[in-house]
Amino acid sequence: MPLIRLGEPKDVPHGDHYTLDTFIEMAEAGGNQSVIRLLPDDDPLRLEPYLDKLEVIEISFPKYTDGRGYSQAQLLRRRLGYRGELRAVGDVLRDQLLFMYRSGFDAFEVDRADAVEAFEAALKEYSVFNQPAADDQMGVFARRHASD
Amino acid sequence: MYRYDEFDATLVRERAAQFRSQVERRLSGDITEDQFKPLRLMNGVYLQLHAYMLRIAIPYGTLSARQMRQLARVARDYDKGYGHWTTRQNIQFNWVALKDIPDVLDLLAEVEMHAIQTSGNCIRNTTSDQFAGAAADEVEDPRPWCEIIRQWSTFHPEFSFLPRKFKIAVTAAEADRAAIRVHDIGLHMRRNADGETGFEVVVGGGQGRTPHVGVTIRDFIEKDKLLDYLEAIMRVYNRFGRRDNKYKARIKILVNETGAEEFARLVEAEFEAQKDAEKIVLPQAEIDRITAYFAPPAFEDLPANSETLDRAKSADPGFARWVQNNIRAHKQAGYGIVTVSCKPIGHPPGDTTDAQMDVVADLAETYSFDELRVTHEQNLVLPHVKLDDLYEVYQKLDAAGLATANYELISDIICCPGLDYCNLANARSIPVAQDLQKAFSDIERQEDIGELKIKISGCINACGHHHVGHIGILGVDRKGEEYYQITFGGRGDEKAAIGRIAGPGLKAEDVPPALGRVVEAYRKLRQDKSERFIDAVERLGDEPFKEALYAAD
Repeated sequence: MPLIRLGEPKDVPHGDHYTLDTFIEMAEAGGNQSVIRLLPDDDPLRLEPYLDKLEVIEISFPKYTDGRGYSQAQLLRRRLGYRGELRAVGDVLRDQLLFMYRSGFDAFEVDRADAVEAFEAALKEYSVFNQPAADDQMGVFARRHASD
Repeated sequence: MYRYDEFDATLVRERAAQFRSQVERRLSGDITEDQFKPLRLMNGVYLQLHAYMLRIAIPYGTLSARQMRQLARVARDYDKGYGHWTTRQNIQFNWVALKDIPDVLDLLAEVEMHAIQTSGNCIRNTTSDQFAGAAADEVEDPRPWCEIIRQWSTFHPEFSFLPRKFKIAVTAAEADRAAIRVHDIGLHMRRNADGETGFEVVVGGGQGRTPHVGVTIRDFIEKDKLLDYLEAIMRVYNRFGRRDNKYKARIKILVNETGAEEFARLVEAEFEAQKDAEKIVLPQAEIDRITAYFAPPAFEDLPANSETLDRAKSADPGFARWVQNNIRAHKQAGYGIVTVSCKPIGHPPGDTTDAQMDVVADLAETYSFDELRVTHEQNLVLPHVKLDDLYEVYQKLDAAGLATANYELISDIICCPGLDYCNLANARSIPVAQDLQKAFSDIERQEDIGELKIKISGCINACGHHHVGHIGILGVDRKGEEYYQITFGGRGDEKAAIGRIAGPGLKAEDVPPALGRVVEAYRKLRQDKSERFIDAVERLGDEPFKEALYAAD
């Protein structure tokens, strides 16, 4: 499945996806797992002590309508300051890419051949963003007065 | 009223272009109806019984004459010559062809309108008091904050795939005309001990199949913290709201299952945890900029009484009656708030023709500082009319069939489109409303009955607000036959309550005589005419009215 990555390409081991509980157990026992996949129910704040070890956090969207991953992403990026890769996996559709990008995702597994083109087109559809989020866009309230 | 700047205009243009490309992909067969569905549902396009329906946002129900004329044009050129005002202060067009919708969106964008936030599981169009900015009983005009909420919530990247749709209503008057206690979030502007205005925050109200009156989780939040507080509520809901069952996904269920106190604690904890960098920058200059658009218009200094008005009332009893029933007190002496009834006897409630829209637009321009309102009770309002001008306004409305003197009377019925249009409905609702209006058409009898709010929904989703009708009517399907369940004692105002089911449902033809008996029972039982039906139900309970309802059996 095509993977779009905006950050530095990393040589990340793929395959094992531990549950949050297992991951924490292993990390507490001195393990060096650097990848985790969060399920929509998971509390991302529990990862706080281990963020330095993590290179990739996958956030799963079992259905595109399940929007919990957006809150998980915002909490990881803005509350906890996570800087590693944040990858959207599952039902990742073209018309959700912009919202995901704004919520802090920088990698996307997209099930379509023209993933890169679709992603680039999706990002270009808007030039005005009303609220600050986890990307570097200024919210419109502040932007209007930025030069004051 | 608010005017778009380059940012607002660009956003709406970009939205129209995006939707045009999505429709092209659908029409060319590039995407299936299934794949198209989430896209159209982000844009107010529903597939109904007979056709696509387009719902257009009217933020907090405020419109200019130019915008109203554009809606008239859409009705004329793309629909069958009418539109339907909804209980969300929006307008729906029921017969627009999918291929035309991109052109309609371009027309709307020309007049600073769109269909954003009218469908999907996002934060929907913010609603408010239809008399905002004119009402004698408000602490201040709440619309600048409605506009700020509108902008903040538009295409919110975190909150566009919530467990379910999300509705925010704002009022600044003690008499709650915006039904804030039956919204997902209700904001009631009040003054604190220091004289500053801020918001009481009510959460978890709603109708539908599990109606709840909202609970106050915060007595007062300062204006500059409002958006951050709303973000905290939204995040708690987005993370913890139920997603396993569509019918249990609204925030009211989360609040109820979690407990109001625990829910409030979760919100406060999330709010406290926000880091500075997470807070929304809302400069005072921006609040001032938006507020300036809602500055009161240039009212003339006028005496409180108008001799012109008094003379016309003496000369024309029909006018006197309309003034008595449809005009409400304005904060400015010499002005009145006009409710334009969209409920003439025997017509589908809330439907207005293109020609009528043009008439109302002209009147707004000439007599009401270019302002119009759409009410959640499916009427229109000319908010700022000089008492001296009322007679001219009345005559022009009357000529267009818009001067029905029934505001808040028994024939001013809220009614959803029902089985005549809607693919969710179990029963027809418009014909029931029409039959009731005919049964109670005698205006003198209506005035004698006084304020009595009948609200009709054709299914349990409650778009017709039957749960908060003084008398509510719910259409249900029982083995292929339509029945109508009656409730008593509901109200959407500051004393919000959910109506109580009276008993077995009635057949459509039995509803008007049964309610006739209920009304006669009320007239016999009331202490005097100042005791409204809803007051009598509160004093006496439902029993005497149930008896009357089923007296024929």
